[in-house]
Amino acid sequence: MPQLTYDGVTYRAAPGESVLDALLRQGVPIANSCRAGACQSCLLRANSGQVPAAAQVGLKSTLSEQGYFLACLCHPTEDLQLEEAGGLEVAASLAALERLTPTVLRARVRTHQPLHYRAGQYITLRRPDGLARSYSLASLPDDHTLELHIRRTPQGQMSGWLFDEAHENDAVTVRGPAGDCFYTAGHPDQPLLLAGTGTGLAPLAGICKDALRQGHRGPIHLFHGALRPEGLYLQDELHTLARENSNLQYIPAVMEGGEAAGLETGKLDTVIAHRHPKLSGWRGFVCGDPTVVQLLRKKFFLAGMASREIFADAFLQAPAPQTTR
Amino acid sequence: MSSLYEQLGGQPAVDAAVDIFYRKVLSDDRISAFFDGVDMDRQIGKQKAFLTMAFGGPHNYSGRDMRTAHAPLVARGLNDSHFDAVAENLSSTLQELGVAQDLIDQVMAIAGSTRQDVLGR
Repeated sequence: MPQLTYDGVTYRAAPGESVLDALLRQGVPIANSCRAGACQSCLLRANSGQVPAAAQVGLKSTLSEQGYFLACLCHPTEDLQLEEAGGLEVAASLAALERLTPTVLRARVRTHQPLHYRAGQYITLRRPDGLARSYSLASLPDDHTLELHIRRTPQGQMSGWLFDEAHENDAVTVRGPAGDCFYTAGHPDQPLLLAGTGTGLAPLAGICKDALRQGHRGPIHLFHGALRPEGLYLQDELHTLARENSNLQYIPAVMEGGEAAGLETGKLDTVIAHRHPKLSGWRGFVCGDPTVVQLLRKKFFLAGMASREIFADAFLQAPAPQTTR
Repeated sequence: MSSLYEQLGGQPAVDAAVDIFYRKVLSDDRISAFFDGVDMDRQIGKQKAFLTMAFGGPHNYSGRDMRTAHAPLVARGLNDSHFDAVAENLSSTLQELGVAQDLIDQVMAIAGSTRQDVLGR
């Protein structure tokens, strides 16, 4: 069995076990979240030994060439000398915490050095004790702070902390950015369709502002879905943005209780299909709950949108914390 | 004499065909259920590999891969009628793209050669 050396101690990986599972099982605290190769929380670096190519999928070539890899995807085939990927993190602090609804918090994070990113990408926020979660960026790089939308999840460790205990100026670290769901210039007249539910709005709002900032002239239709009206947020801001930009339409939609509030009512994909039965020539962005993302991208595709024009970011939920014995 | 793949237009032809083909497959009630819950990006990648092979292009498909990949679908009832439906969608995709009938026939012959492997026989 391959040996893993970390912080001067040697561990063994059991057959079929990932580097992440092997180290966690033996009590080494490695930050992790999605365990599916998306969030990149468990990024490690191999100083010696070759990691399988599958453990470097999705990493920038500049990182993989330096031996960085994702511990959750790495099933080692030879001995590895490992170290933390700490150098890629930037120090940051919480600049503002604002409850937008009972279950959505807007966190503004100030990095101590500039972060180069695109609105719609995501970063991994890490607490000093190592707890790490990924959040999409609703802000533009020119803004002074990173804007994240935090959904309170049941027993969520990070969201619970941010909602109930964290204070402004608390220190955190930020790693990233990652993800390829963002606006690219070059087709300023192409119609854009952005859709998602819940805090899927964070990257969508970011992409929308980025497109406008870059002078996009074609129609931009932003659909935000929620179960009930109280699940919607940022409505005033987005209505204002739509008033200021004649090519932007903001359409909030709910499953129930929308009539009184004058909202579109129905399943989000139905609401969209009603307005846009044909989508050939459009570019689409879908973000948020994985089931909704999968459904919407399929519906967009069947309505004629080219597959290479559909950009998706499905939010993966971190596994629930293990109960302590 | 150029190869079938060259006559069809190579990789750009595959790119042009894949969306049309996959859209037809997903919209076809006879077979769409087999694609429920699959990741679209990954599936489109696989469809491209399949089309490249059926177009006579470079590929590293093996009969064994075909068997392994389709075994779970065979367990869910994949049979000749479903294979025929996919073939029909492929043929109509090529017709829609204006491909000459003799080339379509050649593509259909290559695609048809995978039948036993796909159906695990």
